[in-house]
Order: sequence, then structure tokens, then C-alpha cells
Amino acid sequence: MQFFGGSEISPSPPVPTASGNNAYMLYVFNRNGVCLLYREWNRPLKTLNSHQDHKLMFGLLFSLKSLTAKMDPTCVDKGNLGVPQLPGQGCSFHSFRTNTYKLTFMESPSGIKIILVTHPRTGDLRESLKYIYNLYVEYVVKNPLYSPGTPIRCQLFDTTVDQYVRGLG
Amino acid sequence: MAPVAPRSGDAIFANVERVNAELFTLTYGAIVRQLLTDLEEVEEVNKQLDQMGYNIGVRLVDEFLAKSNVSRCVDFKETAEVIAKVGFKMFLGVTASVSNWDAEGTTCSIILEDNPLVDFVELPDTCQGLYYCNILSGVIRGALEMVSMKTEVTWLRDMLRGDDAFELQVKLLKQVPEEYPYKDDE
Repeated sequence: MQFFGGSEISPSPPVPTASGNNAYMLYVFNRNGVCLLYREWNRPLKTLNSHQDHKLMFGLLFSLKSLTAKMDPTCVDKGNLGVPQLPGQGCSFHSFRTNTYKLTFMESPSGIKIILVTHPRTGDLRESLKYIYNLYVEYVVKNPLYSPGTPIRCQLFDTTVDQYVRGLG
Repeated sequence: MAPVAPRSGDAIFANVERVNAELFTLTYGAIVRQLLTDLEEVEEVNKQLDQMGYNIGVRLVDEFLAKSNVSRCVDFKETAEVIAKVGFKMFLGVTASVSNWDAEGTTCSIILEDNPLVDFVELPDTCQGLYYCNILSGVIRGALEMVSMKTEVTWLRDMLRGDDAFELQVKLLKQVPEEYPYKDDE
């Protein structure tokens, strides 16, 4: 994929298989819990208003990370449950699957969390989330009109993400 | 799928889009000169350069993490090595070295033999208190703050003032872990 600067995004995106839209929702949070982006492609049931929904999602991930790190059988040093950890440290869960959806999660050491909710049959999406992180860097971080820590209002970013996610197998 | 290994500074530098070094140096020089004209006080200019660097660092860290694939550094020693070997290489095209660790491992010096910002630069007598490359100290401070480390970055040696290399002292003040941001009753 070529950008206006002519640079290649790396890692290069996984080859998309053309099977329509498998993704349901995408969330991007920053380290303070601010929801930077929420995209929805297929969500028939909405139970909460968007503010509560974002809080719930962020809270869920925060607790899951803490819990999975605590339950880690290979780690020698375990903090107490509930003690905040540094982003990216120790073991971190990357996805969970139910019978109706699969949620894939990626957190950068700078605290940017990317969550993609897809069809349960989807494969490993970690590379795809890394690619979306690269898109975030190119379109949002490098955008001088964007203030860090505020919700993203960049149409080009939205369209590129939509296009990419639509192509995911 | 096995996680991708972090890439070396050279590999990333070869892949990112680069800009002409002279254009970069001269643009930076123009910025400093303009700041000196606008603010007049050398101390103010130092502070402003540091603030600009901080704003850059806050955004730069995401690009760095995305392109270099490093995972969270285990301790501050690793952090300093990564900044010197991968970070400086990736953004400025020069490799720095790390030395002068103190006993607790919280303070170190990053030494730059070669600095593209100062090509063709000479400080006049009226600007003797100026830290010409102060933007770099702001960048490091801003970037590290986004990865939960509060640091203090100061210049120990400055080639524009007659020393033989550029030496930055980076001191880790504290690690700030993530707190759950929502209050329970909201």
C-alpha cells in the first residue's frame, strides 16, 4: 500500500482473502481510557450507550490483562492482583473467542490499545492489528491537525481502516 | 504465529522515508534563529526548544514502536541501549553509545560523536548559554513519558561549546504505571 509520502508500511499487510466483511467492530483506546476511535460495521444488538460501552470495553481489557498476567504459570515475579502494570510488560492476552465472536487485542508499550471484534472463525489477527497500528502512526500521529489524547476525526484514516478491515479473511 | 523479532536500526533506517540531511540541518538552524529573534532570552529559547522536543517525542514514540517492533524493555539499561542504537539510528541516521551508568542503574549518559543538527553551526558570543540541540532532550523526555517513565534529560557536553562530543545525561525519576482511569461511581 502506497501513501502520499511514498513509503511502504511495514510490516506489509497480510494478504486479504475476499470474503466480505468479517469484522464487527473496532475500538482504539489510549493509555488514559479515552476512546480514540470506534468503528462499527456489523452490530445488530446495542445494549449500552456509547460512553458506557467504551468504559465497559476498557474496563474488561484492563481486568483481563491483570488476570491473565496473574495466572501466568511461567512467570516468576507476580504482582498482586489489581496492581497496575506497565503496558506491554509481562504476559498479555491477545484474543478470546466465544461462540458468536472473536475479540483480538493489541497493546503497544505506549498504551495504545487496538481491539477488533470479528466473526469467530477468523484466524490470528495479531499481524493485522500491527498493521492497523502502523496506519494509526501514518495517518493520525503524523497529522499536525490531530492533538494526542483526543478522539480521532480523520476521514482518510477512517476510510483506509474500513478498506483494510473489509479485506480481512 | 511467532512474534516478529525487533528490527535493527540499520534495517529500519534503510526502509523509512528519508529527507536531505542539509535541508534538515538548515531548517533546524532557521527555527533556532527565529526563536532567538522572537524570544531574545537564551534561557527562554532553551525552554521552548525543550517543549517543542517534548511535543515531538510524544508522537515520535508511536512511530518508533510501530516500525521497530521492540517489545517493552525489561529495565532502564535496555531502554537506554534501544534509544541509542535503534532510536537515534532510525531518526537521525547516527548511532549513539551509552556509558557512565550509576550504581542503581537509573542514570546514564548517551554520547553522540556525530550530530546532524550541528553541521555548519557556530555559536556567536551573544548566545553562549544556548543549548542548540535542546530539542533532542525534549524528544527523549517526551517519548519516555509515553512509555510510563518520568525522566530528566540534561546536556553534559556540547561540541558547540568546545567539548569533544555531545553527551546527554538521562536520569530516570520514576516509573508511572497505568492507573484505572474511571472512578467507580461514574
